[in-house]
Amino acid sequence: MFDDSNIIAGLEIGTSKICVVVGEQNADGALNIIGLGQSRSRGVRKGEIINPEQVEEDLRGAIFEAEQMADVEIRSVYLGVSGGHIRGFNNRGVHPVVSADREISQDDVDDVVKNAKAINLPAENTVIHAVRQHFFVDGQDGVTQPVGMLGARLEVDMHVIHGHANRLQNIVRLVRATSLEVDDVVFNGIATALALLTNEQKELGALVIDIGGGTTEFVVYSDGVIRHSGVLAVGGDHISNDLAYGLKVPLTRAEKLKLEYGTAWPTATAKGQTISITNDLGLELKRLNHEHLQKIMSLRLEELFQLIAQDLEQAGLTDYLRAGVFICGGSSRVPGIVQLAENVFQMNVAPGHASAVSGLTTALDQPEFATAIGLVKFGSLKNRRRAGRASIMGGIKGGIKGVFNKMLPRS
Amino acid sequence: MENQNQLFETPENSGQPSVRIIAVGNAGDALLGALGTPEFAGAEFAAINTDAAALAASSAKVKIHLENKLFRGLGSGGDPERGKALAEEQFSMLKSACEGASVIFILAGLGGGAGSGISPVLAKAAHEAGALVLAFVTLPFECEGNRRDAQAQTALEQLKSAADGVICLPSQKIFKLIDENSTLVETFRVTGGFLIEGVRGVWSLLTRPGLIQVHFSDLCALIRDRHAENAFAFVEASGPGRAREVVEKILNHPLLDEGRALAESDAVLVSLTAGKDLTMSEINRVMEQVKRQCVHAQIVMGAAADAGLQDKLCVTIIAARQNAAVTSVTPRAESHSVTTTTTHHHREPALPRQRKRGAVAKAVQGQLPLTIVSKGRFDKSEPTLHRGEDLDIPTFIRRGVAMN
Repeated sequence: MFDDSNIIAGLEIGTSKICVVVGEQNADGALNIIGLGQSRSRGVRKGEIINPEQVEEDLRGAIFEAEQMADVEIRSVYLGVSGGHIRGFNNRGVHPVVSADREISQDDVDDVVKNAKAINLPAENTVIHAVRQHFFVDGQDGVTQPVGMLGARLEVDMHVIHGHANRLQNIVRLVRATSLEVDDVVFNGIATALALLTNEQKELGALVIDIGGGTTEFVVYSDGVIRHSGVLAVGGDHISNDLAYGLKVPLTRAEKLKLEYGTAWPTATAKGQTISITNDLGLELKRLNHEHLQKIMSLRLEELFQLIAQDLEQAGLTDYLRAGVFICGGSSRVPGIVQLAENVFQMNVAPGHASAVSGLTTALDQPEFATAIGLVKFGSLKNRRRAGRASIMGGIKGGIKGVFNKMLPRS
Repeated sequence: MENQNQLFETPENSGQPSVRIIAVGNAGDALLGALGTPEFAGAEFAAINTDAAALAASSAKVKIHLENKLFRGLGSGGDPERGKALAEEQFSMLKSACEGASVIFILAGLGGGAGSGISPVLAKAAHEAGALVLAFVTLPFECEGNRRDAQAQTALEQLKSAADGVICLPSQKIFKLIDENSTLVETFRVTGGFLIEGVRGVWSLLTRPGLIQVHFSDLCALIRDRHAENAFAFVEASGPGRAREVVEKILNHPLLDEGRALAESDAVLVSLTAGKDLTMSEINRVMEQVKRQCVHAQIVMGAAADAGLQDKLCVTIIAARQNAAVTSVTPRAESHSVTTTTTHHHREPALPRQRKRGAVAKAVQGQLPLTIVSKGRFDKSEPTLHRGEDLDIPTFIRRGVAMN
């Protein structure tokens, strides 16, 4: 099982680009990022594949680039998935302790975890992750290791992330078609959080928002465990589309305008200003209102944050985010986004850096790579666990299960 | 005709607004018939028609027959111009018929001659007589033909500029709600029933002693001079999870465009009625969801207990949105504005239809405001629906932020 290589690759097939990150794990389990590859993604909308052939072509390009840079051969990848169909929720499993001396055994723990996983999902859905949060022994909260304790009733809270089976399979099949193995399928949001958050931040409570091209994933950690997760199929594409519609320009032009003039926080200087669009010869084609551009963008991003804030409010998690909010993903490069997010969430917001790993600083500093780096990190934690080394990671490590591993026949 | 206002007893000043329900045309008559329940005992009923035979059969207390010798009592022949001409001729009579009432409900089916022709004139007359005018109208089914549809659209525009509020029920939308195998009679009963629910909702709001009372003045403030088109829905549920069920039904209600109408409205009236066991938390649960839907709207809420409902919870929602054209405009200019003010029209009652006919048919029909908001690159992808909103549509459009 423990691969002969200590090379771990993370692959994220995003809506705007495909990212591959290669990491090397040394004998102590420490992770070093040694290579990355990326290519423009053309066959993906809202995080889901619409044109497999094009995706395959782009994927080969990104893999090749990463292999060149790291000077290794990539045989298997940890695959990140996203899409509006993915949902997360918390579920509680209950198990009465039946042994005569009321001591909780490992079997009891296994049983209660099994109970918590037995959930009522739509027939076409499958569980991607089931992450253990906390145990309760006779109602006592916050028990992380109940084996050996005395109690009559053992309960466990699990965070279950599930999605549409066929849609998840599509992307897995596609990767396998390029003769790559899929080590495991990981929800992008979890991968991103792994890359960005330190253990202290997870303890304190943090919200990670990954605003990609077609989807926005958000994950909440508190007390060291994942509390909440979700996907909104809204991303940078929507901003471009709004601009194209509102300013009446073609989509490609809107994309350029977004990169050049975009801001999430309208500036006072833009008032009454116009932007002139010129053709290749420098002749003016059109004048656009700068203020409108800013307004359209900021409204969209504000709404996105508000939707997330509402969701957290409903889940009652707003007061648990003591480490604040971390934003990453391509759209987090929009100037003023931190200010906007601070305004909406009313708490400390920081752009996320993949601080939890070491290696190529070019990769670590870019918000787009956070997910792929997180995937590598996920792989390294899994390897470490397989090798039976002492656990450093708390909750998540123990609980995440590679459901897809079991579903895929090894070739 | 000169002592027309003697037809109605002068309303005693009981603090309750005097409501007069006037049915126009055959469809209006039919609706009026359904209103003849004891619940509406306090209202005054009247019917206006061009068809003498139909009027004779009407159950209304006061009947006003608009006629012209040329028609020989046969009605307006489906031509709204005729109905309009007649009504304008008798304008002062219509006005005096409206005097003394503080609220006038106009019931009509648009598309024909009488309903489409007379209602706008009547609304104007009632308005001049000092009453608050609320029109409850149905639009024809698609299968009734282009002409009727065009007439109905024109009449609706006129009515919107004349009345304080128009509650409009596009019959075609009802298709989604009824069983495929229902008979024609059944279908008409259901469409009529929906409109009646709207009337009943407003009526009970005004007359029933509420736990949280909505005063006549609240209703006035909400709709007076808005000339708005209103979307409305009536939902009910019973049992322990009724509050949640009601909210779900509201958010999926086809007449509210699956909840989108709420997001676009700028004034919302919510009336909750339930048995004596109505709890504050239920009200809270419903209102919280409604509030979340309509961020920009002024919300007026009423709650009433009605022992007869047992464990049912009924919610009537009326969502009004300021119309783009508030001044009274000629039909021609108005129909022009349909084609230009794009963003304001996606809640228009116009119904999507395939244009398979030739250019001639198109010329008659004019341009209908259909899928105005293009979703650009997301046109063909699965819509991103979140609490009844399609997030693929630009935010600034959904929030109604002006860009010009």
